Amino acid sequence: METLSILKSVRRNKIGALLLVLQIAISLAVMSNCLSIIQDNLAQMRRPTGVDEANVFLVSNQWLNKPADLGPRIQADLDVIRSVPGIMDAEATNSYPLHGGGSSGGLSLKPDQKVTTRTAEYYVDEHGLAAYGLKLAAGRWFTAGEIGEVGVHESENPASVIVTAALAHKLYPSGNALGQVVYWTPAASSRIVGIVERAQAPWAAWTQARAEYSAFLPYHYIDNWVMYVVRSRPGQMGRAIPAVEERLFKLTRQRVVATETFAEARNSAYFDPRSTGVLLGVLCAVLLVVTIFGIVGLTMYWVGQRRRYIGMRRALGACRIDILNYFHTENLLIAGCGALLGILLGLGGNLWLTSHLELGRMSVAYICVGAVIIMAISQASVFFPAMRAASIAPTEAIRAL
Amino acid sequence: MQKQAVVPPPGAGTRLATQACSHGTEHWTIGQAAGLRLSASSWRFADASKSHFAGEAKVIDMLGYYLQLAVRSLRRNPVLTTLMIIAVGVGIGASMTMLTNLRVMTGDPIPDKSSQLFVPQIDVWGPGSRRTGGAANTDRLPDTLTYRDAIAFMRARRGVHQTAIYGMGLDIDAGSGRPFAAAGLAAYADFFPLFEVPFASGGPWSASDDESRANVVVLSAKLAERVFPHADAVGKTVNLEGHEYRIVGVMKPWSPVPRFYDTNGTGAAFGNTEDFFVPFTNAIDRQHESWGGIGCPGRAPAGWAGLLTSECVWLQFWVELPTAAAVRNYQDFLSSYAAEQRRSGRFDWAARTQLHDVPDWLVQEDVVPEQARVNTFIGFALLVVCLINAIGLMMAKFGSRAGELGVRRAMGGSRRDIFLQCLVETALIGLAGGLLGLGLTAIGLAVDRALLAQGERNVALDVLTRLDTGMLAITLAVAMAATLCAGLYPSWRASRVQPAWQLKVQ
Repeated sequence: METLSILKSVRRNKIGALLLVLQIAISLAVMSNCLSIIQDNLAQMRRPTGVDEANVFLVSNQWLNKPADLGPRIQADLDVIRSVPGIMDAEATNSYPLHGGGSSGGLSLKPDQKVTTRTAEYYVDEHGLAAYGLKLAAGRWFTAGEIGEVGVHESENPASVIVTAALAHKLYPSGNALGQVVYWTPAASSRIVGIVERAQAPWAAWTQARAEYSAFLPYHYIDNWVMYVVRSRPGQMGRAIPAVEERLFKLTRQRVVATETFAEARNSAYFDPRSTGVLLGVLCAVLLVVTIFGIVGLTMYWVGQRRRYIGMRRALGACRIDILNYFHTENLLIAGCGALLGILLGLGGNLWLTSHLELGRMSVAYICVGAVIIMAISQASVFFPAMRAASIAPTEAIRAL
Repeated sequence: MQKQAVVPPPGAGTRLATQACSHGTEHWTIGQAAGLRLSASSWRFADASKSHFAGEAKVIDMLGYYLQLAVRSLRRNPVLTTLMIIAVGVGIGASMTMLTNLRVMTGDPIPDKSSQLFVPQIDVWGPGSRRTGGAANTDRLPDTLTYRDAIAFMRARRGVHQTAIYGMGLDIDAGSGRPFAAAGLAAYADFFPLFEVPFASGGPWSASDDESRANVVVLSAKLAERVFPHADAVGKTVNLEGHEYRIVGVMKPWSPVPRFYDTNGTGAAFGNTEDFFVPFTNAIDRQHESWGGIGCPGRAPAGWAGLLTSECVWLQFWVELPTAAAVRNYQDFLSSYAAEQRRSGRFDWAARTQLHDVPDWLVQEDVVPEQARVNTFIGFALLVVCLINAIGLMMAKFGSRAGELGVRRAMGGSRRDIFLQCLVETALIGLAGGLLGLGLTAIGLAVDRALLAQGERNVALDVLTRLDTGMLAITLAVAMAATLCAGLYPSWRASRVQPAWQLKVQ
């Protein structure tokens, strides 16, 4: 009965209702997608690297004038770093998780396979496990005896390789990766001797799919520009960093050194998703405010237009609560239509988004929760104008007649 | 019908109004005759019209009159007016902030030459090469060239200018202060005229320096200022990784956006240009490692010499071809080069070749992040919501003035007059909203800049977040156009007001 009369009055103000419906629909579609992107980015940023992030810091070392005896120099540096109090272990390597740049290779199960699985390559020696702070899930780590030497343009084929659980699962979904032989090229193969629980690739910040495809190769990495991955004992990093730098410069000043903590490295690796999140968050907040103002404004306009009608109803015996009810029901009907349209728009928009960005699909439940929230907001914002309508005195409203 | 009784025939209205308004007292009479209780505001409206209608009613006068009326009407209802201006301003601010970013990102980095500079590609790996997982890019040719192909293309000299380039990082010792690492580019002398690099002092090295693999270097404005402050660096020397290099030129600040010339993973697409440039031949001699990506079909062969003879791709190549005929010739050259390589036994497949000009190359390399497009889209969605709000507010505003508009209609104003009057009001709001939007855009860009600066990634900030005159004009135009569109329906509705009904109600 009440609903019928509401529908009638809405029909007489089609444009106003349409504006409200559109506004709610667009707001819901945009906000749910924005929040879904933000949530996706947050989830992406929270993924663990597998490294002991709280205690690891990174020393980038570049020698001046390209000395010839790089191998012994790097070894001397490592000895000095490991002797600094508070240092657990250190490693000279080509890259680390979230570094951005690194080496990669294609692994296959058979020598003549055409499509391979691309994996990051980290060159590590027997200290690698402790220096990165990785967790061994199966098999063993490298022993000192099997470590070779590799320069930037050299690649011997190591007899053994250690892979992450994710890469092992990709190669051998049935879980029997340990002990298998995998191929880098038709002629070069390695046996999987160990599996680490987790180690992200250097480019993990930009990719979901290949984020944990990493392999460790048993090499001393010899290059003019190396990364020292250094792990301190818990709570001692603050004192260890300047001590390490000082000792390195004591060996020779003929170098360019840049140190950052792993937390800093993570921070800069996730710069893009973070700034995108802030930007979208601000847009969402503005959109929310605008939408609330819009709903309040349109309802107030409506109430103003129907003062006489309200006054008459009041004069004929309607209580304030009836008037309040009337506007809330009306708003619920309109906002409901808007929310339905918004769900369709939002899901459609999400399809477009997921085809353009590497994003998880937004679930229907997610946007439905958004729809309920926006309807609640709409109900809340109609309260003030409805209260004003309800407080119209019957005499005042009909005096003009 | 009542309507016709009140509305005088066209033309008569103006006359009637003219008479009425040139004699204030008469106007009062007419008002009384129509049974009106004129509000103070309507009275002012009649009064204001006096001077304008004294002579002949000209279009320009009419507009001026409408403007006056509009200002008055907007001032009468400051809350609604402010809300409308804020609605338009916020929408414009959000959408234009995003658009400014996108516009810079999708901009042409070298407008007068972008269709004359080309990147050649050749399928050195062949259809049988091992691919990494995913079927997405199986048809794509390698983005960069092998050393032997780059050198062959350099020797062929089929373009006006051509250069192979690769990015690197070297330590620099200028004699004073700590040595430091800097990003550099190995290039041929042609690089500078090809990309129209501006020089502050000196110039590029010569082709003979390329030939003789000379120790010469061109510095960026920033690096020159850092190592030789307050002095001309040209003629001085710097030490690059243990070797003295003679400075032949210092560039003016030069940072094309996007940084299109090297997309091989050395530095961001929206980052700064390199700090120094050395001859490609010299860099190869000195075995300076590439900072960019090196892609190999199998395991890379050992050492630097191995890299140079391998099928690993790592060199970006550019050639300048000013005419369509030159482009065709170059395509023929590439095909015959590929065929010749096949004959010589290097390939056992018909290697495809491709040429891309700058816009084409930027698309192929996905230089513009999709997120920027998505952000712009969201910004405009926000603008639409704001405009919907503005429509609602305008309807409220014009609705609340139905009485006054009814009086105007009754006194002979045509529907067109009312419609135009409302549109002029709307345009004023659009203008004010646009100005507010400009301010908000500036704030938005400042926030954006602060966000980006946090990244310490040497983004060409000022360029990426600059509000240029073009953008200024776009902002105001979009604000006006969007607001006018939004105002069409409310104005039309206002012009349909039934004078008799309005008068009766009052």
